Amino acid sequence: MMAVGLGHYLALAAILFTLGVFGIFLNRKNVIVILMSVELMLLAVNINLVAFSAFRGNIEGQVFAMLVLTVAAAEAAIGLAILVVYFRNRGTIAVEDINAMKG
Amino acid sequence: MELQALAFYVFAAITVVSAAMVVGSRNPVYSVLYLILAFFNAAALFLLLGAEFIAMILVIVYVGAVAVLFLFVVMMLDINLTELKQGFLRYLPVGATIGVVLLLEILFALGVLGASKGTVAELAAKGVPVSSVENTRALGRVLYTQYFYLFQAAGLVLLVAMIGAIVLTLRQRPGVRRQNVGDQLYRRRDKAVTVVKVPTRGGVR
Repeated sequence: MMAVGLGHYLALAAILFTLGVFGIFLNRKNVIVILMSVELMLLAVNINLVAFSAFRGNIEGQVFAMLVLTVAAAEAAIGLAILVVYFRNRGTIAVEDINAMKG
Repeated sequence: MELQALAFYVFAAITVVSAAMVVGSRNPVYSVLYLILAFFNAAALFLLLGAEFIAMILVIVYVGAVAVLFLFVVMMLDINLTELKQGFLRYLPVGATIGVVLLLEILFALGVLGASKGTVAELAAKGVPVSSVENTRALGRVLYTQYFYLFQAAGLVLLVAMIGAIVLTLRQRPGVRRQNVGDQLYRRRDKAVTVVKVPTRGGVR
């Protein structure tokens, strides 16, 4: 078994990010799963930041990981609030049905 | 070193599998639970990297707050589960193609697949340097000095998000009778009570 290097963490983050993108493409019926996919992508970004920070011996990466965490939490709160309001008004959260602003 | 590699592979495998289940799960409640599992394992990976503070924050913020928020919303919305996964197969080819292409691009760019002699290989060869200061203290030293304005801006972002979420979801229902303390306090005797002279055997009209 080979020792774990920076490349392993970066590969893991790449796989997670790709799974997030895949989830956004796949789910056309449920906005909640899309929001969760965005959270997965942000987690991948965080893994990248922390891995580089650890391997460089430089703490700044973790500061930025914390800021990403903050923004992700804010995004989840606002996104879910919008979702709740939308469901209250329209009774659906399917992505295909959200086309009221289509010209 | 062997134990660390084993731990990395176990945590990474569970993270990837649960992330796949987040995307592919039939029930959104299971998706949220798998998301929690993925975050726990990512926190363990951060611990392996020596970033203890970020790992704990991940568990507290994500598992404690964001995932529970997701759970609440999933359970609050009355979603028809049978029609949720329609069109899953229709978008599978294009999604899979884009996903695989993106993954290969990222892996090549990082030099994980190809043998690139860039920063990544250079850094990976050196390994994790051992710091003399513990992680939380080191983070606090830069967070409260060099990145103080950024830290405050993050707090402002959270404040705006909080106000925004409250404003969005607050609902004034028409026809609901509420207690009005001002009206109650300004009530006078002459408005509320009338003295009626009741005639004998007449009764009150």
